[in-house]
Amino acid sequence: MLSLLGIPVVLIGLMARFNPIVVVTVAALVTGVGGGLSPLLIVSTLGKAFNDARYISVVFLILPVIGLLERAGLQARARARIARLRSVTVGGLLTSYLAARQLSAALGLLSLGGQAAMVRPLIAPMAEGADEVRDGPADGERRGLIRAHAAAADNIGAFFGEDIFIALGSVLLIQAVLEQNHLSAQPLRVALWAIPTALIAFIIHAARLRLLDRRLQRTAPPGDPS
Amino acid sequence: MIRVSAVYLLAGLVFGAIAVFTALDRGAPKRWNNTAFWALFATSFLIGDRLGDLGNGLLVLAMVAIGGLGLGARAPVTGDADAREASAARWGDRLFLPVLVVPVTTLLGTLIFPHIRLAGAPLVEVKQVTVISMGLGVTLALMTAMIMLRPPLGAPVREARRLMDSVGWAAILPQLLAALGAVFALAGVGHAVGDLIGRWLPIDSRLAVVATYCVGMALFTMIMGNAFAAFPVLTAGVGAPLIVGKFGGDAAIMGALGMLSGYCGTLMTPMASHNIIPTALLELRPGAVIGVQAPTAVAVLIGNIALMYLLVFKV
Repeated sequence: MLSLLGIPVVLIGLMARFNPIVVVTVAALVTGVGGGLSPLLIVSTLGKAFNDARYISVVFLILPVIGLLERAGLQARARARIARLRSVTVGGLLTSYLAARQLSAALGLLSLGGQAAMVRPLIAPMAEGADEVRDGPADGERRGLIRAHAAAADNIGAFFGEDIFIALGSVLLIQAVLEQNHLSAQPLRVALWAIPTALIAFIIHAARLRLLDRRLQRTAPPGDPS
Repeated sequence: MIRVSAVYLLAGLVFGAIAVFTALDRGAPKRWNNTAFWALFATSFLIGDRLGDLGNGLLVLAMVAIGGLGLGARAPVTGDADAREASAARWGDRLFLPVLVVPVTTLLGTLIFPHIRLAGAPLVEVKQVTVISMGLGVTLALMTAMIMLRPPLGAPVREARRLMDSVGWAAILPQLLAALGAVFALAGVGHAVGDLIGRWLPIDSRLAVVATYCVGMALFTMIMGNAFAAFPVLTAGVGAPLIVGKFGGDAAIMGALGMLSGYCGTLMTPMASHNIIPTALLELRPGAVIGVQAPTAVAVLIGNIALMYLLVFKV
Protein backbone atom coordinates (compact mmCIF):
# COMPACT_ATOMS: atom_id res chain seq x y z
CA MET A 1 0.00 0.00 0.00
CA LEU A 2 2.94 2.37 0.64
CA SER A 3 3.59 2.31 -3.10
CA LEU A 4 0.49 4.52 -3.45
CA LEU A 5 2.30 7.42 -1.76
CA GLY A 6 3.45 8.64 -5.17
CA ILE A 7 -0.14 9.57 -6.10
CA PRO A 8 -0.60 12.26 -3.37
CA VAL A 9 2.87 13.52 -4.27
CA VAL A 10 1.66 14.12 -7.83
CA LEU A 11 -1.60 15.71 -6.71
CA ILE A 12 -0.08 18.03 -4.12
CA GLY A 13 2.89 18.89 -6.33
CA LEU A 14 0.68 19.91 -9.24
CA MET A 15 -1.76 21.81 -7.08
CA ALA A 16 1.12 23.72 -5.50
CA ARG A 17 2.32 24.47 -9.06
CA PHE A 18 5.76 23.00 -8.58
CA ASN A 19 7.72 22.24 -11.73
CA PRO A 20 6.05 19.09 -13.18
CA ILE A 21 9.31 17.36 -14.12
CA VAL A 22 10.46 17.66 -10.50
CA VAL A 23 7.06 16.49 -9.22
CA VAL A 24 7.09 13.44 -11.51
CA THR A 25 10.62 12.48 -10.51
CA VAL A 26 9.93 12.85 -6.78
CA ALA A 27 6.73 10.82 -7.21
CA ALA A 28 8.72 8.06 -8.92
CA LEU A 29 11.30 8.00 -6.11
CA VAL A 30 8.63 7.99 -3.37
CA THR A 31 6.66 5.26 -5.14
CA GLY A 32 9.76 3.11 -5.56
CA VAL A 33 10.85 3.47 -1.94
CA GLY A 34 7.27 2.87 -0.74
CA GLY A 35 7.12 -0.24 -2.90
CA GLY A 36 10.31 -1.57 -1.34
CA LEU A 37 12.64 -0.99 -4.31
CA SER A 38 16.27 -0.06 -3.73
CA PRO A 39 17.28 3.48 -4.75
CA LEU A 40 19.67 2.13 -7.37
CA LEU A 41 16.92 -0.01 -8.90
CA ILE A 42 14.56 2.98 -9.00
CA VAL A 43 17.09 5.18 -10.78
CA SER A 44 17.95 2.36 -13.22
CA THR A 45 14.27 1.76 -13.96
CA LEU A 46 13.77 5.47 -14.65
CA GLY A 47 16.82 5.49 -16.90
CA LYS A 48 15.86 2.42 -18.91
CA ALA A 49 12.28 3.57 -19.47
CA PHE A 50 13.42 7.10 -20.38
CA ASN A 51 15.87 5.69 -22.90
CA ASP A 52 13.29 3.29 -24.37
CA ALA A 53 10.82 6.19 -24.75
CA ARG A 54 13.09 8.41 -26.85
CA TYR A 55 10.91 7.78 -29.90
CA ILE A 56 8.26 10.09 -28.33
CA SER A 57 10.60 13.09 -28.60
CA VAL A 58 11.44 12.55 -32.27
CA VAL A 59 8.45 14.83 -32.93
CA PHE A 60 10.67 17.81 -32.01
CA LEU A 61 12.80 17.17 -35.10
CA ILE A 62 10.18 19.03 -37.10
CA LEU A 63 10.93 22.30 -35.26
CA PRO A 64 13.94 23.39 -37.41
CA VAL A 65 11.69 23.17 -40.49
CA ILE A 66 8.77 24.94 -38.84
CA GLY A 67 11.09 27.63 -37.46
CA LEU A 68 12.67 28.27 -40.86
CA LEU A 69 9.26 28.60 -42.49
CA GLU A 70 7.98 30.89 -39.74
CA ARG A 71 11.03 33.06 -40.35
CA ALA A 72 9.97 33.23 -43.99
CA GLY A 73 6.42 34.23 -43.06
CA LEU A 74 4.51 30.94 -42.89
CA GLN A 75 2.15 32.07 -40.14
CA ALA A 76 1.53 35.40 -41.86
CA ARG A 77 0.69 33.53 -45.05
CA ALA A 78 -1.68 31.13 -43.24
CA ARG A 79 -3.46 34.11 -41.70
CA ALA A 80 -3.70 35.93 -45.03
CA ARG A 81 -4.96 32.82 -46.83
CA ILE A 82 -7.87 32.39 -44.45
CA ALA A 83 -8.59 36.12 -44.36
CA ARG A 84 -9.52 35.94 -48.03
CA LEU A 85 -12.33 33.54 -47.22
CA ARG A 86 -14.45 36.12 -45.45
CA SER A 87 -17.23 33.71 -44.58
CA VAL A 88 -15.02 31.41 -42.48
CA THR A 89 -15.43 31.72 -38.73
CA VAL A 90 -13.02 30.48 -36.06
CA GLY A 91 -15.52 27.84 -34.97
CA GLY A 92 -16.26 26.80 -38.53
CA LEU A 93 -12.60 26.41 -39.36
CA LEU A 94 -11.87 24.42 -36.22
CA THR A 95 -14.94 22.21 -36.73
CA SER A 96 -13.63 21.32 -40.20
CA TYR A 97 -10.22 20.55 -38.72
CA LEU A 98 -11.81 18.48 -35.96
CA ALA A 99 -13.69 16.40 -38.54
CA ALA A 100 -10.61 15.97 -40.73
CA ARG A 101 -8.49 14.99 -37.72
CA GLN A 102 -11.06 12.46 -36.48
CA LEU A 103 -11.52 10.90 -39.90
CA SER A 104 -7.81 10.66 -40.69
CA ALA A 105 -7.06 9.23 -37.22
CA ALA A 106 -9.83 6.68 -37.74
CA LEU A 107 -8.01 5.61 -40.92
CA GLY A 108 -4.77 5.25 -38.96
CA LEU A 109 -3.30 8.50 -40.29
CA LEU A 110 -2.45 10.05 -36.94
CA SER A 111 0.74 11.56 -38.35
CA LEU A 112 -1.26 13.89 -40.62
CA GLY A 113 -1.94 16.23 -37.70
CA GLY A 114 -0.30 17.18 -34.46
CA GLN A 115 0.52 20.20 -32.32
CA ALA A 116 4.01 20.80 -33.72
CA ALA A 117 3.39 19.79 -37.32
CA MET A 118 -0.05 21.33 -37.95
CA VAL A 119 -1.43 23.44 -35.11
CA ARG A 120 1.48 25.80 -34.44
CA PRO A 121 2.39 26.53 -38.08
CA LEU A 122 -1.04 26.39 -39.74
CA ILE A 123 -4.21 25.83 -37.72
CA ALA A 124 -3.61 28.37 -34.92
CA PRO A 125 -2.57 31.22 -37.27
CA MET A 126 -5.48 30.41 -39.60
CA ALA A 127 -7.91 30.57 -36.66
CA GLU A 128 -6.41 33.88 -35.57
CA GLY A 129 -6.70 35.13 -39.15
CA ALA A 130 -10.36 34.14 -39.35
CA ASP A 131 -11.01 36.10 -36.18
CA GLU A 132 -9.03 39.13 -37.27
CA VAL A 133 -10.84 39.53 -40.58
CA ARG A 134 -14.21 39.59 -38.82
CA ASP A 135 -13.48 41.34 -35.60
CA GLY A 136 -10.19 43.20 -36.04
CA PRO A 137 -6.91 42.72 -34.19
CA ALA A 138 -7.32 40.68 -31.01
CA ASP A 139 -5.90 41.32 -27.55
CA GLY A 140 -3.71 38.77 -25.78
CA GLU A 141 -6.48 37.03 -23.91
CA ARG A 142 -8.70 36.59 -26.95
CA ARG A 143 -5.77 35.36 -28.98
CA GLY A 144 -4.90 32.86 -26.22
CA LEU A 145 -8.46 31.54 -26.19
CA ILE A 146 -8.41 31.03 -29.96
CA ARG A 147 -5.04 29.28 -29.88
CA ALA A 148 -6.10 27.04 -27.00
CA HIS A 149 -9.17 26.06 -29.04
CA ALA A 150 -6.92 25.19 -32.00
CA ALA A 151 -4.86 22.89 -29.75
CA ALA A 152 -8.01 21.36 -28.25
CA ALA A 153 -9.50 20.55 -31.67
CA ASP A 154 -6.34 18.62 -32.56
CA ASN A 155 -6.33 16.61 -29.30
CA ILE A 156 -10.05 15.86 -29.28
CA GLY A 157 -10.03 14.85 -32.95
CA ALA A 158 -7.05 12.54 -32.48
CA PHE A 159 -8.27 10.91 -29.24
CA PHE A 160 -11.80 10.21 -30.40
CA GLY A 161 -10.75 9.04 -33.85
CA GLU A 162 -7.78 6.77 -33.30
CA ASP A 163 -9.61 4.01 -31.44
CA ILE A 164 -11.66 3.29 -34.53
CA PHE A 165 -8.55 2.11 -36.36
CA ILE A 166 -7.86 -1.52 -35.50
CA ALA A 167 -4.10 -1.60 -36.00
CA LEU A 168 -3.22 1.30 -33.71
CA GLY A 169 -1.62 0.88 -30.29
CA SER A 170 -4.73 1.48 -28.23
CA VAL A 171 -6.93 -1.22 -29.76
CA LEU A 172 -4.08 -3.71 -29.54
CA LEU A 173 -3.44 -2.73 -25.92
CA ILE A 174 -7.13 -3.16 -25.05
CA GLN A 175 -7.06 -6.63 -26.57
CA ALA A 176 -3.83 -7.59 -24.79
CA VAL A 177 -5.09 -6.40 -21.38
CA LEU A 178 -8.39 -8.23 -21.83
CA GLU A 179 -6.45 -11.39 -22.68
CA GLN A 180 -4.36 -11.04 -19.52
CA ASN A 181 -7.67 -11.09 -17.68
CA HIS A 182 -8.74 -14.22 -19.60
CA LEU A 183 -11.27 -12.34 -21.72
CA SER A 184 -11.34 -12.38 -25.47
CA ALA A 185 -12.36 -9.56 -27.77
CA GLN A 186 -11.87 -9.20 -31.50
CA PRO A 187 -10.02 -5.98 -32.43
CA LEU A 188 -12.70 -5.26 -35.02
CA ARG A 189 -15.45 -5.23 -32.37
CA VAL A 190 -13.36 -3.05 -30.03
CA ALA A 191 -12.83 -0.58 -32.89
CA LEU A 192 -16.51 -0.68 -33.87
CA TRP A 193 -17.68 0.23 -30.37
CA ALA A 194 -15.46 3.29 -30.39
CA ILE A 195 -17.70 4.82 -33.08
CA PRO A 196 -20.63 5.96 -30.88
CA THR A 197 -18.28 7.91 -28.61
CA ALA A 198 -16.53 9.41 -31.64
CA LEU A 199 -19.89 10.73 -32.88
CA ILE A 200 -20.88 12.05 -29.45
CA ALA A 201 -17.52 13.80 -29.06
CA PHE A 202 -17.87 15.43 -32.48
CA ILE A 203 -21.41 16.64 -31.82
CA ILE A 204 -20.53 18.04 -28.39
CA HIS A 205 -17.36 19.74 -29.50
CA ALA A 206 -18.83 21.15 -32.71
CA ALA A 207 -21.65 22.64 -30.61
CA ARG A 208 -19.08 24.19 -28.29
CA LEU A 209 -17.24 25.67 -31.26
CA ARG A 210 -20.50 27.33 -32.36
CA LEU A 211 -20.78 28.80 -28.89
CA LEU A 212 -17.19 29.99 -29.26
CA ASP A 213 -18.16 31.87 -32.43
CA ARG A 214 -21.02 33.56 -30.60
CA ARG A 215 -18.77 34.47 -27.71
CA LEU A 216 -16.12 35.90 -30.05
CA GLN A 217 -18.76 37.95 -31.84
CA ARG A 218 -20.23 39.22 -28.59
CA THR A 219 -16.87 40.20 -27.15
CA ALA A 220 -15.43 41.64 -30.37
CA PRO A 221 -13.23 44.65 -29.72
CA PRO A 222 -14.80 48.03 -30.50
CA GLY A 223 -14.22 49.49 -33.95
CA ASP A 224 -14.97 46.12 -35.49
CA PRO A 225 -14.68 46.22 -39.29
CA SER A 226 -17.55 43.83 -40.11
CA MET B 1 18.89 -2.08 -42.54
CA ILE B 2 17.98 1.44 -41.44
CA ARG B 3 17.29 1.38 -37.72
CA VAL B 4 15.62 3.88 -35.44
CA SER B 5 19.11 4.70 -34.11
CA ALA B 6 19.70 6.68 -37.32
CA VAL B 7 16.83 9.00 -36.35
CA TYR B 8 18.19 9.25 -32.79
CA LEU B 9 21.57 10.23 -34.23
CA LEU B 10 19.86 13.03 -36.17
CA ALA B 11 17.99 14.19 -33.05
CA GLY B 12 21.23 14.06 -31.05
CA LEU B 13 22.96 16.26 -33.62
CA VAL B 14 20.11 18.81 -33.60
CA PHE B 15 20.03 19.04 -29.78
CA GLY B 16 23.84 19.10 -29.67
CA ALA B 17 23.90 22.00 -32.13
CA ILE B 18 21.30 23.83 -30.02
CA ALA B 19 23.56 23.37 -26.98
CA VAL B 20 26.60 24.73 -28.88
CA PHE B 21 24.67 27.78 -30.18
CA THR B 22 23.44 28.46 -26.64
CA ALA B 23 26.94 28.22 -25.19
CA LEU B 24 28.21 30.69 -27.81
CA ASP B 25 25.42 33.20 -27.13
CA ARG B 26 26.83 35.48 -24.43
CA GLY B 27 23.55 37.27 -23.77
CA ALA B 28 21.40 34.13 -23.47
CA PRO B 29 19.25 34.08 -20.32
CA LYS B 30 20.36 31.22 -18.01
CA ARG B 31 22.96 30.44 -20.64
CA TRP B 32 24.72 27.54 -18.89
CA ASN B 33 21.54 25.91 -17.57
CA ASN B 34 20.17 25.76 -21.12
CA THR B 35 23.51 24.62 -22.54
CA ALA B 36 23.79 21.76 -20.04
CA PHE B 37 20.14 20.74 -20.44
CA TRP B 38 20.25 20.46 -24.24
CA ALA B 39 23.72 18.87 -24.15
CA LEU B 40 22.42 16.14 -21.83
CA PHE B 41 19.38 15.58 -24.06
CA ALA B 42 21.75 15.28 -27.03
CA THR B 43 23.84 12.78 -25.05
CA SER B 44 20.77 10.67 -24.41
CA PHE B 45 20.00 10.48 -28.13
CA LEU B 46 23.60 9.96 -29.25
CA ILE B 47 24.87 7.36 -26.76
CA GLY B 48 21.85 6.46 -24.61
CA ASP B 49 22.13 2.80 -25.58
CA ARG B 50 25.71 2.65 -24.30
CA LEU B 51 25.19 4.45 -20.99
CA GLY B 52 23.55 1.53 -19.21
CA ASP B 53 20.33 1.80 -17.19
CA LEU B 54 21.95 3.43 -14.18
CA GLY B 55 23.87 5.88 -16.39
CA ASN B 56 20.64 6.87 -18.14
CA GLY B 57 18.95 7.22 -14.76
CA LEU B 58 21.64 9.60 -13.53
CA LEU B 59 21.34 11.55 -16.78
CA VAL B 60 17.58 11.89 -16.18
CA LEU B 61 18.14 13.10 -12.61
CA ALA B 62 20.68 15.66 -13.83
CA MET B 63 18.26 16.99 -16.49
CA VAL B 64 15.45 17.21 -13.93
CA ALA B 65 17.73 19.08 -11.50
CA ILE B 66 18.76 21.60 -14.17
CA GLY B 67 15.18 21.96 -15.45
CA GLY B 68 14.01 22.44 -11.85
CA LEU B 69 16.52 25.25 -11.36
CA GLY B 70 14.98 26.94 -14.38
CA LEU B 71 15.75 27.43 -18.06
CA GLY B 72 15.79 30.70 -19.96
CA ALA B 73 13.98 31.70 -23.13
CA ARG B 74 14.17 34.76 -25.34
CA ALA B 75 11.33 36.67 -26.89
CA PRO B 76 9.54 34.01 -28.91
CA VAL B 77 9.02 35.80 -32.24
CA THR B 78 11.60 35.51 -34.99
CA GLY B 79 12.98 38.47 -36.97
CA ASP B 80 10.87 41.55 -37.67
CA ALA B 81 7.25 41.43 -38.71
CA ASP B 82 7.66 43.52 -41.86
CA ALA B 83 10.31 41.20 -43.28
CA ARG B 84 8.05 38.23 -42.57
CA GLU B 85 5.06 39.84 -44.28
CA ALA B 86 7.22 40.68 -47.32
CA SER B 87 8.57 37.16 -47.47
CA ALA B 88 5.07 35.72 -47.07
CA ALA B 89 3.87 37.82 -50.00
CA ARG B 90 6.85 36.76 -52.08
CA TRP B 91 6.59 33.01 -51.49
CA GLY B 92 2.82 32.73 -51.21
CA ASP B 93 1.39 29.25 -50.89
CA ARG B 94 4.72 27.65 -51.72
CA LEU B 95 5.55 28.14 -48.03
CA PHE B 96 3.12 25.34 -47.22
CA LEU B 97 5.02 22.83 -49.34
CA PRO B 98 7.77 21.85 -46.85
CA VAL B 99 5.19 21.58 -44.04
CA LEU B 100 3.27 19.03 -46.08
CA VAL B 101 6.38 17.02 -47.00
CA VAL B 102 6.58 15.66 -43.44
CA PRO B 103 3.13 14.05 -43.06
CA VAL B 104 3.11 12.81 -46.67
CA THR B 105 6.53 11.16 -46.31
CA THR B 106 5.59 9.70 -42.92
CA LEU B 107 2.43 8.27 -44.40
CA LEU B 108 3.99 6.84 -47.55
CA GLY B 109 6.99 5.48 -45.65
CA THR B 110 4.78 3.76 -43.10
CA LEU B 111 2.79 2.13 -45.88
CA ILE B 112 5.63 1.23 -48.27
CA PHE B 113 8.81 0.57 -46.25
CA PRO B 114 7.61 -2.65 -44.57
CA HIS B 115 7.32 -4.25 -48.02
CA ILE B 116 10.80 -3.35 -49.27
CA ARG B 117 13.50 -5.94 -48.68
CA LEU B 118 17.16 -5.61 -49.51
CA ALA B 119 19.30 -8.77 -49.74
CA GLY B 120 16.71 -10.71 -47.76
CA ALA B 121 16.49 -8.24 -44.88
CA PRO B 122 13.84 -5.52 -44.49
CA LEU B 123 15.07 -2.08 -45.57
CA VAL B 124 14.00 -0.44 -42.31
CA GLU B 125 13.34 -1.65 -38.77
CA VAL B 126 9.67 -2.52 -39.24
CA LYS B 127 8.64 -2.03 -35.59
CA GLN B 128 9.77 1.62 -35.72
CA VAL B 129 8.75 2.36 -39.31
CA THR B 130 6.63 5.41 -38.40
CA VAL B 131 9.44 7.07 -36.46
CA ILE B 132 11.97 6.32 -39.20
CA SER B 133 9.63 7.61 -41.92
CA MET B 134 9.09 10.78 -39.96
CA GLY B 135 12.85 11.26 -39.58
CA LEU B 136 13.16 10.91 -43.34
CA GLY B 137 10.24 13.30 -43.91
CA VAL B 138 11.79 15.96 -41.68
CA THR B 139 15.14 15.62 -43.49
CA LEU B 140 13.46 16.01 -46.89
CA ALA B 141 11.39 18.97 -45.65
CA LEU B 142 14.48 20.69 -44.27
CA MET B 143 16.32 20.20 -47.57
CA THR B 144 13.32 21.55 -49.49
CA ALA B 145 13.10 24.61 -47.25
CA MET B 146 16.86 25.27 -47.43
CA ILE B 147 16.97 25.03 -51.23
CA MET B 148 13.83 27.12 -51.64
CA LEU B 149 14.47 29.89 -49.11
CA ARG B 150 18.30 29.92 -49.07
CA PRO B 151 18.57 31.15 -45.48
CA PRO B 152 21.98 31.43 -43.73
CA LEU B 153 23.33 27.96 -42.93
CA GLY B 154 22.97 28.46 -39.18
CA ALA B 155 19.31 29.48 -39.48
CA PRO B 156 17.72 26.05 -38.95
CA VAL B 157 19.61 25.57 -35.67
CA ARG B 158 18.85 29.13 -34.53
CA GLU B 159 15.16 28.60 -35.28
CA ALA B 160 15.14 25.17 -33.63
CA ARG B 161 16.78 26.71 -30.57
CA ARG B 162 14.17 29.48 -30.41
CA LEU B 163 11.33 26.95 -30.51
CA MET B 164 12.95 24.40 -28.18
CA ASP B 165 13.65 27.15 -25.65
CA SER B 166 9.96 28.06 -25.73
CA VAL B 167 9.14 24.38 -25.00
CA GLY B 168 11.85 24.31 -22.30
CA TRP B 169 11.90 21.59 -19.64
CA ALA B 170 8.51 20.34 -20.88
CA ALA B 171 10.46 18.68 -23.69
CA ILE B 172 11.41 15.75 -21.46
CA LEU B 173 8.09 15.44 -19.63
CA PRO B 174 6.55 12.87 -22.02
CA GLN B 175 9.55 10.55 -21.65
CA LEU B 176 9.62 11.17 -17.91
CA LEU B 177 5.97 10.16 -17.61
CA ALA B 178 6.77 6.91 -19.41
CA ALA B 179 9.54 6.38 -16.86
CA LEU B 180 7.12 7.09 -13.97
CA GLY B 181 4.79 4.47 -15.44
CA ALA B 182 7.62 1.92 -15.40
CA VAL B 183 8.34 2.61 -11.71
CA PHE B 184 4.60 2.41 -10.89
CA ALA B 185 4.42 -0.97 -12.61
CA LEU B 186 7.50 -2.34 -10.82
CA ALA B 187 6.30 -1.09 -7.43
CA GLY B 188 2.89 -2.72 -7.90
CA VAL B 189 0.81 0.47 -7.86
CA GLY B 190 -1.79 -1.04 -10.17
CA HIS B 191 -2.55 -3.95 -7.85
CA ALA B 192 -2.70 -1.66 -4.84
CA VAL B 193 -5.24 0.63 -6.55
CA GLY B 194 -7.28 -2.34 -7.72
CA ASP B 195 -7.34 -3.76 -4.17
CA LEU B 196 -8.35 -0.43 -2.76
CA ILE B 197 -11.25 0.06 -5.15
CA GLY B 198 -12.40 -3.54 -4.72
CA ARG B 199 -12.30 -3.31 -0.94
CA TRP B 200 -13.66 0.15 -0.23
CA LEU B 201 -16.20 1.01 -2.88
CA PRO B 202 -19.61 -0.57 -2.42
CA ILE B 203 -20.27 -1.70 -5.96
CA ASP B 204 -23.46 -3.66 -6.13
CA SER B 205 -25.47 -2.24 -8.99
CA ARG B 206 -24.72 -2.28 -12.69
CA LEU B 207 -24.77 1.49 -12.97
CA ALA B 208 -22.42 1.90 -9.99
CA VAL B 209 -19.92 -0.57 -11.47
CA VAL B 210 -20.00 1.08 -14.89
CA ALA B 211 -19.68 4.57 -13.41
CA THR B 212 -16.82 3.49 -11.13
CA TYR B 213 -14.95 1.95 -14.04
CA CYS B 214 -15.35 4.95 -16.38
CA VAL B 215 -14.76 7.67 -13.77
CA GLY B 216 -11.89 5.63 -12.34
CA MET B 217 -10.31 5.42 -15.79
CA ALA B 218 -10.58 9.21 -16.18
CA LEU B 219 -9.22 9.98 -12.69
CA PHE B 220 -6.37 7.47 -12.77
CA THR B 221 -5.44 8.70 -16.26
CA MET B 222 -5.30 12.24 -14.88
CA ILE B 223 -2.84 11.11 -12.20
CA MET B 224 -0.70 9.03 -14.56
CA GLY B 225 -0.96 11.40 -17.52
CA ASN B 226 -1.64 8.40 -19.75
CA ALA B 227 -4.71 6.25 -20.36
CA PHE B 228 -2.53 3.30 -21.37
CA ALA B 229 -1.19 3.11 -17.80
CA ALA B 230 -4.63 3.36 -16.21
CA PHE B 231 -6.34 0.78 -18.41
CA PRO B 232 -4.65 -2.40 -17.09
CA VAL B 233 -5.20 -1.27 -13.47
CA LEU B 234 -8.91 -0.47 -13.72
CA THR B 235 -9.66 -3.40 -16.01
CA ALA B 236 -8.04 -5.93 -13.65
CA GLY B 237 -9.52 -4.24 -10.56
CA VAL B 238 -13.07 -3.37 -11.66
CA GLY B 239 -13.83 -4.12 -15.31
CA ALA B 240 -12.97 -7.81 -15.63
CA PRO B 241 -14.13 -9.09 -12.21
CA LEU B 242 -17.30 -7.01 -11.92
CA ILE B 243 -18.61 -5.75 -15.28
CA VAL B 244 -17.82 -8.97 -17.13
CA GLY B 245 -17.43 -11.48 -14.26
CA LYS B 246 -20.28 -10.58 -11.94
CA PHE B 247 -22.75 -8.90 -14.29
CA GLY B 248 -21.97 -10.68 -17.58
CA GLY B 249 -21.05 -7.61 -19.64
CA ASP B 250 -19.40 -7.65 -23.06
CA ALA B 251 -15.60 -7.40 -22.91
CA ALA B 252 -15.09 -5.61 -26.25
CA ILE B 253 -17.60 -2.84 -25.48
CA MET B 254 -16.21 -2.43 -21.97
CA GLY B 255 -12.65 -2.18 -23.27
CA ALA B 256 -13.44 0.32 -26.01
CA LEU B 257 -15.52 2.65 -23.83
CA GLY B 258 -13.17 2.24 -20.86
CA MET B 259 -10.17 3.41 -22.86
CA LEU B 260 -12.17 6.31 -24.32
CA SER B 261 -13.12 7.33 -20.76
CA GLY B 262 -9.41 7.41 -20.01
CA TYR B 263 -8.91 9.81 -22.93
CA CYS B 264 -11.43 12.14 -21.27
CA GLY B 265 -9.00 12.19 -18.35
CA THR B 266 -6.06 12.89 -20.67
CA LEU B 267 -7.87 16.00 -21.93
CA MET B 268 -8.09 17.33 -18.37
CA THR B 269 -4.69 16.64 -16.84
CA PRO B 270 -1.62 18.90 -16.64
CA MET B 271 0.40 15.65 -16.63
CA ALA B 272 -0.24 14.78 -20.29
CA SER B 273 2.24 15.76 -22.97
CA HIS B 274 -0.75 16.39 -25.27
CA ASN B 275 -1.58 19.42 -23.11
CA ILE B 276 1.93 20.46 -22.08
CA ILE B 277 3.46 20.66 -25.55
CA PRO B 278 0.79 22.88 -27.16
CA THR B 279 0.74 25.13 -24.08
CA ALA B 280 4.47 25.67 -24.61
CA LEU B 281 4.41 25.82 -28.42
CA LEU B 282 1.51 28.28 -28.60
CA GLU B 283 2.84 30.40 -25.71
CA LEU B 284 -0.33 29.97 -23.64
CA ARG B 285 -0.76 30.41 -19.91
CA PRO B 286 -0.69 27.15 -17.89
CA GLY B 287 -4.08 25.48 -17.90
CA ALA B 288 -5.39 27.29 -21.00
CA VAL B 289 -5.64 24.14 -23.15
CA ILE B 290 -7.11 22.03 -20.34
CA GLY B 291 -9.66 24.74 -19.56
CA VAL B 292 -10.93 24.66 -23.14
CA GLN B 293 -10.97 20.86 -23.30
CA ALA B 294 -12.54 20.09 -19.92
CA PRO B 295 -16.23 20.78 -20.73
CA THR B 296 -16.06 18.49 -23.77
CA ALA B 297 -14.19 15.87 -21.75
CA VAL B 298 -16.75 15.84 -18.93
CA ALA B 299 -19.68 15.68 -21.37
CA VAL B 300 -18.09 12.81 -23.34
CA LEU B 301 -17.33 10.97 -20.09
CA ILE B 302 -20.99 11.17 -19.07
CA GLY B 303 -21.89 9.99 -22.57
CA ASN B 304 -19.52 7.04 -22.19
CA ILE B 305 -21.07 5.99 -18.89
CA ALA B 306 -24.52 6.14 -20.44
CA LEU B 307 -23.41 4.23 -23.55
CA MET B 308 -21.68 1.54 -21.53
CA TYR B 309 -24.63 1.14 -19.18
CA LEU B 310 -27.03 0.82 -22.12
CA LEU B 311 -24.88 -1.41 -24.32
CA VAL B 312 -22.47 -3.54 -22.34
CA PHE B 313 -25.06 -5.86 -20.78
CA LYS B 314 -27.28 -6.12 -23.88
CA VAL B 315 -25.16 -6.94 -26.90
